[in-house]
Amino acid sequence: MVTAAIWPALDYSRVPYRLYHDTEIYTREQERIFRGPVWSFLGLDAEIPNTGDFRASYVGETPIIFNRDKSGAVKAFVNRCAHRGALVRRELSGNAEQHICIYHQWCYGLDGGLTAIPFRRGIRGQGGLDDGFDMRAHGLRPLRVGNIDGALFGTLAEDAEPLEEYLGAPILAQLRRLLNRPVRVLGYNRQRIRGNWKLYAENTRDNYHASLLHEFLVTFGLDRSTQIGGVKMDSRHRHNLTWAEAESDTDEFAHQAYAGARVRNDFLSLKEPSLVAFHPERDDKLNIAITSVFPSAVFVQISNSLAVRQIRPRGVDEVEVFQTMLGYADDPPEMTLHRLRQANLVGPAGLVSMEDGEAIEIAHRASKPDLDRTTVIELGGAGAISDRDYRVTDVPLRGFWSYYAELLGIEPDGAVR
Amino acid sequence: MRADRAAVYDLLAEYGALIDAARFDEWLGLFAQECGYQILPRENLDRGLPAALIFCDSRAMLEDRIRALREANKYNIHTDRHIVGLPRILGAKAGGVLVEAPFAIYQTDQEGETRLFATGLYRDQLEPVADSLKIRDKLILLDTFAVPSLLATPL
Repeated sequence: MVTAAIWPALDYSRVPYRLYHDTEIYTREQERIFRGPVWSFLGLDAEIPNTGDFRASYVGETPIIFNRDKSGAVKAFVNRCAHRGALVRRELSGNAEQHICIYHQWCYGLDGGLTAIPFRRGIRGQGGLDDGFDMRAHGLRPLRVGNIDGALFGTLAEDAEPLEEYLGAPILAQLRRLLNRPVRVLGYNRQRIRGNWKLYAENTRDNYHASLLHEFLVTFGLDRSTQIGGVKMDSRHRHNLTWAEAESDTDEFAHQAYAGARVRNDFLSLKEPSLVAFHPERDDKLNIAITSVFPSAVFVQISNSLAVRQIRPRGVDEVEVFQTMLGYADDPPEMTLHRLRQANLVGPAGLVSMEDGEAIEIAHRASKPDLDRTTVIELGGAGAISDRDYRVTDVPLRGFWSYYAELLGIEPDGAVR
Repeated sequence: MRADRAAVYDLLAEYGALIDAARFDEWLGLFAQECGYQILPRENLDRGLPAALIFCDSRAMLEDRIRALREANKYNIHTDRHIVGLPRILGAKAGGVLVEAPFAIYQTDQEGETRLFATGLYRDQLEPVADSLKIRDKLILLDTFAVPSLLATPL
C-alpha cells in the first residue's frame, strides 16, 4: 500500500519510479482520479450537432458515450449495460434514437434511461422479470456534463466542484480564447505509446524539453526558448498553460543561447516555408499555447495548428494519445489548407511531436527495474510552485504531482501545493 | 498493358526496398517533380475528414520532411520491412495509371524484436516521365491508425 511516505521531498522535486509502474497505484488512480472529483474532456459539441448524434469516448479506462437528446441537451453516460456489464454502443460515432445492447437487447433512451427489456413479462406468463423490477434504477450511469464554449467535459463524481471553478481563471480564459469561434473537426489521430499515462501528462507541462528534444523547433525557426514565454497555472497548480510569443527574440540572441546545447543552431530554412508560417488570428502575440487540464486533456495551439488531445490510459504500461484536429467553421479554404499543412507539426508523425513517443518509451523502459529511485524535477528551482515568465522550467510538473498526491490520499504533511 | 504492369510492379518493389534501405534521396527520385504524398487514417477517410498524419502537397514539402528526418527528428531506432501486395490497376488516363496495392510494414528494433507497424492501402497515381513511371500522387490509407509509438520513416 502506497502512503505519503513515498515522497522523498515535500516539493515533489523527486518522483519515485514506482508511481509509473505499480499496478495497485494504477487501480487507485482509476478510482480516485478518473472516477473521482475531476472533470475529463469528453469531446466537442461540434461532433454531435443533431438530435441522436452520439460519440464514444473514455474517462480514464471507463468507456462512455455522449449524445444529443431530443431537447438538444448533451447527455453522457457510462457505456455499459446495467444488465451484464457489456458495451451498449459498439460504434465510435453515429446517429440513433436509442442505444440497444446486442447481448439481450436492453434498450436505453438518449437520456440514458432504461426504456425496454425483451421478454420482460416472459412468454405465456412464464419467465421474465419480477413485477417489482425497477426500470428507473437500471439506467446507464450518468455523468455530469459541463460545456466551455463547445468543449464538453464530464465527471462521475457528484461532489466535483463546478467546472469553471475547477479550471480556474487563467485556464478558462485560454479555453475561451481557443474556442472563441465555432470549431470544425478536421480529423483525428491516435498514437499508442508504451509508457505510463503520467509520463505524457508531465511531458505536456514540461517547457524545458521542447526545444531540446524537438530539434525541428529550433533548427527550422518555429519556436525557441529564447522567445518571451512562460508557464501559468490555476491556483491549485493542477493545470498549466505553456505560452510563448511569436518573433519575440532575435536570431543572434538565440544563436548564442543554443551554442552550449547539442542542438543545431545555424537555423536552416525550409523549401516550403509556409509550413512554419504564423498568421495571427487574435489580438495577442501567442504562437504557442499549450493548456494542460488535469488529469488528461491538452488544448494545443502551435502556430495555426489547433487541436485537443485526450490522454487515455491503457493499463499501467501503455497510453493512447487521441487527438482531434480543429479549425474554425468560418475558416476560408486557404486557412483550412494552411491548417492541414501545419497538421504536419503535431500527432504521431508530427515534426515537433513525434519525439515524445520515443522519450516516454525510453523513460518508462529504463525506470521499470528500479522502483525506489526517483526522477529529478528542479528546473526553475525547487521549493514553491508558482508561475514563471521564462521557459527553462519544469515547475508545472510539481503542480501536477501535488494535486495527484492529494487525490490519491498520499499528500504528505507540510507538502507544497 | 503488359509492359505497364511490369513497370508498376518494378516501381512498387523499388519503393519499398528504398525505404527499407533508408535510401531516402533515391526514394524521392521515384516521385514526379509535381507530386503529392499523404498518409490518411482510415478513421478520417470513413468520416470524410481531411486531416492527415503526413500531408505534403508539393515536392518541396516532401523534401523538407526527409531533410527534417535527417537533420532534426529523433525516433525509435529500427529497420523497416515493406511487404507490398499485388497491385490492382484501376485505370489509365492521359498516359497515367491509377494503382492500388495493399501493404504491411514490419519494424524491427535493435534487439531483433519485430512487430507489425502498419498495414493499409496505397492508392497511387503514376505518370510516365521519359522512359519510366513516376509517382504523381500517393495516398496511403492507414488501417493501423492507432500508430504504435510514433511514425517517422515514410510508409
